[in-house]
Amino acid sequence: MNNKQVSRRDFLKASAVSGAVFSLGFYLPGSANNAEIISVAEAENYGIELNAWIHIETSGKVTIFSHRSEMGQGVYQAIPQIIAEELEVNLADIHVVFAKGNLKRYGSQNTGGSSTIREFYKILLNLGASAREMLLQAAAGSWGVSKSECYAQGGYVFHKPSGRIESPKRLHYGQLVEAASKLTPPKDYVLKKRSEYKLVGKPLLRLDTPFKTNGTAVFGMDKVLPGMLYAAVERNPRLRGKVKSFDDSQTWKIPGIKHVIKVKMVVFDTYREGIAVVADSTWAAMQGKKALKIEWDDSGFEHLNSEEIYKRQNLALQTQEGLSFKSQGEASEIISASANKIDVVYETPYQYHGCMEPMNCTAYYQEDKLEIWGPTQNPDMVQEYISKDMNIAKEKIIVNLTFLGGGFGRKSFMDYPHEAAVISRQIKAPVQVVWTREDDATQGPFRPGISYRCEGVIKDGKIDAFKYRMAGQNNMHWLTGKKDAVNGSTSEGFLKPYYETIKNLSIRDVPFATPIPTMWWRSVYASTNGFAFESFMDELAADAGRDPLDFRRAHLNDERLHLLIDKMENVSGWKDKKKGEGYGTAITECFSTTVGEVVKVSRQADGSIKIDQVWVVMDCGWYVNPDTIRAQIEGSIVMGLGAATMHEVRFIDGKAVDTNFSTYQMPRITDIPPIQIHIMENDEVAGGVGEPALPPFAPALTNAIFDLTGKRIRKLPFSLASV
Amino acid sequence: MTKMTLKINGSDHTLEADPNMPLLWAIRDLVGLKGTKYGCGVAQCGACVVHLDGDAIRSCVTKVSRAEGKQVVTIEGLSKNNDHPAQLAWQQLDVPQYGYCHSGQIMSAAVLLREKADPTNQDIDDAMAGNICRCGTYLRIRKAIVLAAELQKKTVKQG
Ligand code: FES
Repeated sequence: MNNKQVSRRDFLKASAVSGAVFSLGFYLPGSANNAEIISVAEAENYGIELNAWIHIETSGKVTIFSHRSEMGQGVYQAIPQIIAEELEVNLADIHVVFAKGNLKRYGSQNTGGSSTIREFYKILLNLGASAREMLLQAAAGSWGVSKSECYAQGGYVFHKPSGRIESPKRLHYGQLVEAASKLTPPKDYVLKKRSEYKLVGKPLLRLDTPFKTNGTAVFGMDKVLPGMLYAAVERNPRLRGKVKSFDDSQTWKIPGIKHVIKVKMVVFDTYREGIAVVADSTWAAMQGKKALKIEWDDSGFEHLNSEEIYKRQNLALQTQEGLSFKSQGEASEIISASANKIDVVYETPYQYHGCMEPMNCTAYYQEDKLEIWGPTQNPDMVQEYISKDMNIAKEKIIVNLTFLGGGFGRKSFMDYPHEAAVISRQIKAPVQVVWTREDDATQGPFRPGISYRCEGVIKDGKIDAFKYRMAGQNNMHWLTGKKDAVNGSTSEGFLKPYYETIKNLSIRDVPFATPIPTMWWRSVYASTNGFAFESFMDELAADAGRDPLDFRRAHLNDERLHLLIDKMENVSGWKDKKKGEGYGTAITECFSTTVGEVVKVSRQADGSIKIDQVWVVMDCGWYVNPDTIRAQIEGSIVMGLGAATMHEVRFIDGKAVDTNFSTYQMPRITDIPPIQIHIMENDEVAGGVGEPALPPFAPALTNAIFDLTGKRIRKLPFSLASV
Repeated sequence: MTKMTLKINGSDHTLEADPNMPLLWAIRDLVGLKGTKYGCGVAQCGACVVHLDGDAIRSCVTKVSRAEGKQVVTIEGLSKNNDHPAQLAWQQLDVPQYGYCHSGQIMSAAVLLREKADPTNQDIDDAMAGNICRCGTYLRIRKAIVLAAELQKKTVKQG
């Protein structure tokens, strides 16, 4: 098994040499719903760009082109697992090659939104099955028997009636590739039933793990090119300003400094300037950067403090109706007429992605081309943006993916590849730009901190009216330029079946802007919306005097959700709560997956709150690898724990002030509660698994604390030591 | 700039370096071993842990000059075949997700395992609290250390 990157043309050349003759791929003429499966030769004839394909050589070696960047969520494993299932080969015989960034060729490669498996699993199953059928046909042809008498297993085709049971007639795939390559992909084959799966749904070990235990996995910063220099950049600390002047006299005293230049990088619709110090080692560049004296030009935008941001958001929530995302019935009327309404505000903090691998990118600009190597979640966007901004034809920009040392949404942004490209062009040499941890922690983009106002009225134990307004930076306003249009961010996380039962309902977005660059962060808006929705649901249940799980049940006419709630109740011992224990729950939806969590807490002798147990029940529909799912859930809980109880990005005078892990505290091994995980078994459409377990954690925790102490926590983060 | 010789993973490397350069950057940029990672530069995260004469140290805050005349072991030199008990346990339990921090995690765990044949939960907390994992693989790290201790005992018996 290997992990390489090559262009498709190189790949075809290489495979011709090694004697590969059978290959089958798919392309998407329209949407993911009508993928066409076609041989690579035919695709070449018609000039069709394939999205992904498999290749089988005469040696029997199977290679799969994976068109997604690996970010730790197991895509590297899942794609081969799905194809091998229908192709009937052993996982160990499969080699994976990452394809290079190219929008036209592979469709969107943005590895965000837990989308890989969701969008492509059916196509991949069909691709594997088509190839298998062609190999069966080829074998049947060579034996002069009917295809229906043959079956495939472990990289061989067997003939059932021949020989004794122990040694049926068989042909290795490698022996069949030539004949199979002359056939047309069939239309009439049957996919396996879930019960027949040998690989999908099984907790297989990941293929990439060994590279990560001996230091051989090549992350962005591990890329080395001949003659490569290292750069560190002092960027405007106010996130979008310019350089007025700079003094680099101290910098030049450091041995190894090669260039000191003014550079710029993109920040959404504007640029940020900085001074790049280029040297012969990372450390020299970092030292040189420290020695710079820079005067900044920060005119033309506000320099905000965190307090001011929240003050304004709250004021907006009290005075503005905002845009309507969904309105039904007479929510506002009922709420303003009620004497018993609940009217509360929730606050969620700005967050930093905090990838363990600080941002970095390697670029080499030459007269006729620009090549980039980097940990990116979004190679096609990088190519597209740089092409436009630097005026280089798209075909001349090659984006190579490395392993990512964390993404969480941050590495979908094209600021850091853009900056590396700009520097390489100026110094006419290959360069690796390395962000210091301090750069990484303070330069954004960040998850926006959102405030919510929730109002509701209970009548006869049920919700009579529900009104929800969010005020905060809406990434879609930035990204689409439609600052006054409502978008789906507003309701992310909310269980849509509530729309049926809450007749008087209003969900609104109060547009709000600051100069702070913001970006997706694991589970996107569900990560903050979920806290408001599910805390408020708990407040309403308490007001109605009802059990929080029963209360949710009563408002959900949905069998799948009822099964989920039953499971939560059973596994957590919800009904057997003992004295001194607090139980809390929350259920959210994210990327077509629903997750319900129950948290149990108690108070320690020193007054602090201890999380005794977390139960997670995930309904993600059809899934590939339960162990990957468990790993992702564990990770989501840990990240949610940090965001709820440990850290936030604080701004003073327009700058993020926490520069490293000394003050931006991360959860450590000593902070982790026991986590019990249950995955619902069904054949529903596959949902995401990498992010959806994060949103319910914070509200389940604060709801548990309410259950234990009677105290409502409406502002994150809070400290478990002093509730 | 000073000329010096470092003993890394059993072989000598002669380099010319500013004696104040952290060992981390000497290992990565001058020697070219990229398995040791930069995470914070201020001894907060543990991504850069290597062994210096058998101790787990943070190479980001250790001057390269301090390593002269001592034995440096990096993740690349922990075992020949990726089969140190910690590495095997990490593989069997599929501990890494993104995997960036695990060179440091494994190097910290290796010292713990050498010092304690049967590490308790408290021992694991003490040895591993300096290593951050943003993917949150902590529960698996804990399990892997327990498993590694078992594997270690078996190899000792067989050996
Ligand atoms: S890089 Fe040395 S402890 Fe973080």
